[in-house]
Amino acid sequence: MSSVATENRPETGRDVVASVRNVTKVYRLGGEDVKALAGVSIDFHQGDFVAIMGSSGSGKSTLLNLLGCLDRPTTGQYFLGGNDVATLDDESLSRVRGRYLGFVFQSYNLIQQLSVVENIAVPLAYQRPANPDGPELCLRLAKLVGLSGRLGHRPNQLSGGQQQRVAIARALVNNPHVILADEPTGNLDTATSLEIMDLLDALNNAGRTIVMVTHEPDIAARAKTVISLRDGKIESITHNG
Amino acid sequence: MNFLQQLRLGFRSLLLHKLRSALAVLGILIGVTAVIWLVALGEGVSYQAQQQIKNLGATSIIVRSIKPTEEANRESGSRSGIAYGLLRDDYDRILANVPTITKAMPMREINREVRNGEFAIDATLVGCTPEYFDINRLGIERGRPLSAADMEYLDNVAVLAYEVAERLFPIEDPVGRAVQIGDEFYVVIGVAEQRTASAAIGGSLAARQYDKDVYIPLSTFRARIGDRVITVRGGTFQNETVELNQITAVVDDMKAVDSSADIIRDLLRRYHKSLDYAVVVPKELLEQAETLRTMFNVLLLLIAGISLLVGGIGIMNIMLATVTERTREIGIRRALGATKGEIVQQFLWETVVLSGTGGLLGVAFGFLCGPTVALVRRTISELFPEVWSSLPPNIRDLEPLLAPWSIAAAFGISVGVGIIFGIYPARRAANMDPIEALRHE
Ligand SMILES: Nc1ncnc2c1ncn2[C@@H]1O[C@H](COP(=O)(O)OP(=O)(O)O)[C@@H](O)[C@H]1O
Ligand SMILES: [Mg+2]
Repeated sequence: MSSVATENRPETGRDVVASVRNVTKVYRLGGEDVKALAGVSIDFHQGDFVAIMGSSGSGKSTLLNLLGCLDRPTTGQYFLGGNDVATLDDESLSRVRGRYLGFVFQSYNLIQQLSVVENIAVPLAYQRPANPDGPELCLRLAKLVGLSGRLGHRPNQLSGGQQQRVAIARALVNNPHVILADEPTGNLDTATSLEIMDLLDALNNAGRTIVMVTHEPDIAARAKTVISLRDGKIESITHNG
Repeated sequence: MNFLQQLRLGFRSLLLHKLRSALAVLGILIGVTAVIWLVALGEGVSYQAQQQIKNLGATSIIVRSIKPTEEANRESGSRSGIAYGLLRDDYDRILANVPTITKAMPMREINREVRNGEFAIDATLVGCTPEYFDINRLGIERGRPLSAADMEYLDNVAVLAYEVAERLFPIEDPVGRAVQIGDEFYVVIGVAEQRTASAAIGGSLAARQYDKDVYIPLSTFRARIGDRVITVRGGTFQNETVELNQITAVVDDMKAVDSSADIIRDLLRRYHKSLDYAVVVPKELLEQAETLRTMFNVLLLLIAGISLLVGGIGIMNIMLATVTERTREIGIRRALGATKGEIVQQFLWETVVLSGTGGLLGVAFGFLCGPTVALVRRTISELFPEVWSSLPPNIRDLEPLLAPWSIAAAFGISVGVGIIFGIYPARRAANMDPIEALRHE
């Protein structure tokens, strides 16, 4: 069992926001079991900035999907917002995603027929109870990511970097416990990648917890902690700086 | 998301594919319009039928003579031709034995040419009593109706139907002038009001027309024309003896109609060897018309259901395509917190917007039924007058009647169709695995 915070870090008093315990994920493929995750335990604390690395097939996406409550582990526990969400039903998992998690994808995943501000607002449609300050919040977040002047634009009228900024604003709108980013710079050129990493840095400095999958070492170097996966197990945990 | 937001989202998603959505809307629109129009025309026809039956009088019982079939003719055929139908004795017997009858009227009719100089018309010569005008609610436009005195003195007097008067006397006032029927001259004493046809009775399919009638006293008819009528058909003389063509009896109360009709049927059965008469009860016709109308409406709803089913299949087709195309969006929404139920709702709203739009437009087009019929009528009557005048009056006079229930039903069914045919695509969208949906494309 590895804990990002308890092993090597001094600030042990910070809250644990998400915690996986002995999680495995087994896919049955044509009568054969594929162990995508073979027992993983980690705690994520308030303010962590974690990069998950590993070779192709090492289980990065599987882990991120479990963390994102898009999938359930075969065995093990996952504590989020104080509850074990590993065994929740589909509807409850949807609610957990909407309440505690923010998503940033490699290919931005904006809804094409909606404008910038409407895309930022999408998670609000699924909040229970509804957030009465939603519209203002969207405008504030658009300003935060530097898109105040593009509120009515459609995704296809924006550059890749701008689209990813919209996605980041959208990931913040429900004030999530953890932001999950899957190769957030994978589709961007170097200069734009750096801008996006600057934005994520700034969010992390403001107290946001970020978990990011990447295969680029210089992007991973921007995180505070790097977890390396190998064959569905944690191979190493390194702290930067 | 509230109701309005859902509606707006539905509209916007559909506007992404304008032509496709428009075609789906068209499918429903046609179905809804068809329902409303068909019901309106059906209601118009049935209203017309009811009016015609009511013209016969709800408290009357009509007994008509019916010519026996050809075989029966040959059997009973003698050199003096055939005799059939109601007798003057029948009339007396009915009057004497049915106490509920307040008024009764015997009638005789044949086709004869009626002339005024060079003007001539093939008219229906009706021998009747003064009650005729009262019982048939036929008003007098000019002059006076037949009177008891006319009957008594076997006067050669005639009342003309409005159209007959117009044809024979295009310019001058016919009252006081003479018309020629056969060798006899008759003084015109009155002109009847214009009158719409009444329902078909006595086994004949055609409605009773009043516009070719010439009325003379029944007694005069008997004296001048007689019971025996000789016609030439196919080179041979045909020779028929008929005393009365019709007896109309009026009872005092609607409740007495059925029992009185039964007594009349009994009486006639006793004195007639063959069934050379028919007893027609307008009240029964009215009930039959009502049944017919219900059956007709059920049939229409069936047709409507089928056309809306076709529209619904169109909608389902389009929604399935939409769901496949928007797999990615579904994955995104699921990741961002949408439950399966919320995805189902979103797509159901879209189908309801589609079918509801079709329904509303269909209702709007439904309201155009009356004006459209009027336009078609005017166009035909102005451009093709011969075609127009050859149409049966039932069609010429047809006024569609918009039925409020059909509008509500058509709109309701269209929205229902949207929901029913939207459920499968919507569920398919909701049941996608979010991870795979996000990877789509
Ligand atoms: N849906 C799936 N069905 C079967 N096997 C899967 C599925 N998803 C992932 N795997 C397998 O699990 C292992 C880990 O995959 P993944 O988490 O995608 O790795 P990474 O993202 O690090 O490349 C791989 O061997 C992969 O083939
Ligand atoms: Mg992967």
